[in-house]
Amino acid sequence: MVAVLEVRDIWKAYDTLEVLKGISFDVQKGEVKVIFGPSGSGKSTLLRVINMLTPPDKGEVFLCGQSLMDSKADLCKLRTRIGFVFQNFNLFAHLKAIDNVSIGPRLVLGMTKEEANDAAHRALEKVHMSNWSHHYPAQLSGGQQQRVGIARSIAMNPEVILFDEPTSALDPELIGEVLQVMLDLAQEGTTMVVVTHEMGFARAVSSEMIFMDKGVVVEKGTPQHFFQDAQSERAKHFLRKLEVLYGQSETEKT
Amino acid sequence: MQESQGLFEILILIMTRGLPTALALTFLSLLIGFLVGIGLALMRVYGPIELRWISSGYEKIFRGIPLLVLLFIFAIGLLRLFLWTGSLFNALFTASIFALALRSAAYQSEIFRGAIMSVDPGQMMAARSLGMTDYQATRKIILPQALRLSVPGWTNEYAVVIKDTSLVSAIGVPELIYHGMAFSWTYPALFLGIITVTSIIYFLFTYPVTKYVGESMTSKLRSLGLGGGR
Repeated sequence: MVAVLEVRDIWKAYDTLEVLKGISFDVQKGEVKVIFGPSGSGKSTLLRVINMLTPPDKGEVFLCGQSLMDSKADLCKLRTRIGFVFQNFNLFAHLKAIDNVSIGPRLVLGMTKEEANDAAHRALEKVHMSNWSHHYPAQLSGGQQQRVGIARSIAMNPEVILFDEPTSALDPELIGEVLQVMLDLAQEGTTMVVVTHEMGFARAVSSEMIFMDKGVVVEKGTPQHFFQDAQSERAKHFLRKLEVLYGQSETEKT
Repeated sequence: MQESQGLFEILILIMTRGLPTALALTFLSLLIGFLVGIGLALMRVYGPIELRWISSGYEKIFRGIPLLVLLFIFAIGLLRLFLWTGSLFNALFTASIFALALRSAAYQSEIFRGAIMSVDPGQMMAARSLGMTDYQATRKIILPQALRLSVPGWTNEYAVVIKDTSLVSAIGVPELIYHGMAFSWTYPALFLGIITVTSIIYFLFTYPVTKYVGESMTSKLRSLGLGGGR
């Protein structure tokens, strides 16, 4: 079976600063990949490279076997099949929640207004935001905005959703509601690539974790591997720091 | 008594003859300036280097020439180009609109450029990530927000243009000031009365509009979390 995503030897530099130095991995259907590592390790750049928001200098990305770098490929069409959830939500500020979610299906997938609204309502229901569909983003809390952001992605019915530190901009008490939605999605078999420091989430649903530092993949493995038997000093050191920050319980609980 | 009766009638004449022309000049100049200005701003922000160069050159030229000179150029130098309109009045009127509109476009372009650039870059990223083309993203996401953001600045441009229409009296387009001055030549004693009332007319069409539109838009923007003191 063809992998949903194949990331092959990605290199990216900003001027002289090498951000990504030969990253490769595959994502199979139904897999949840968690990417973690210190800030500045290139995680967010990597996600933006995958859907070509930031084209790489070298390397290739395949979505279900189709290259996103191919000059003949319709990049817009391929992007509709890759959901993206941003750290800062990036909801369209002038649109109500429902329109934020329906604009993609209507404008890009060419659904009729009714079909798009139906899809949007279903997506909002999934993230428990149906009651807020007629609010503008500025009227919603961070956690609510992020859930609308997730709904905006799932309404497009993508093959894979990329999450770029989806809870990092949230107040602590709002993180839970977003993680719960992500857990539900993962358990339904949604293919996900998640950049996050939420080790509880990683432990609960990730099929593989990727530890990145300074633009390279330092170590890959199951959550069990990382929490019991991490090999590299850098990964061990980083996990210890997360423990200090979030407390032992965070990494222990499932 | 006789004189004040005369002043009142004269003011009515000035109003009925001059005000529609002044308002038509304002409206059409702002409208054309709006369309050209948006185009220039989009060229300047998203266009390839050549278009950016053209747009920025246009802005520099039209912001650097006095409006009165532009009026002379269009209404005297290039008047022949406007004679197809049928009459001398129409030709002068059209030439005035060209001068006012093309100058306003340069200023409006600056307003829209600033507004487009103050839209959070994350909005464009989100639009692209949904698979929107750059055209769709600009039209449905960036411009709607940029236009809202530009309204407070735009009311300022309205206030400038409506008062600058008075300059077209210099090339003989009969608007408020032209009629006012014409009557003043005939009745010099009424000059102060005429010019005071004319000023009040401009004021009434400027201040309440800018205040109302500016304030209602600022609060609307605030409720959307767009600028306006978040």
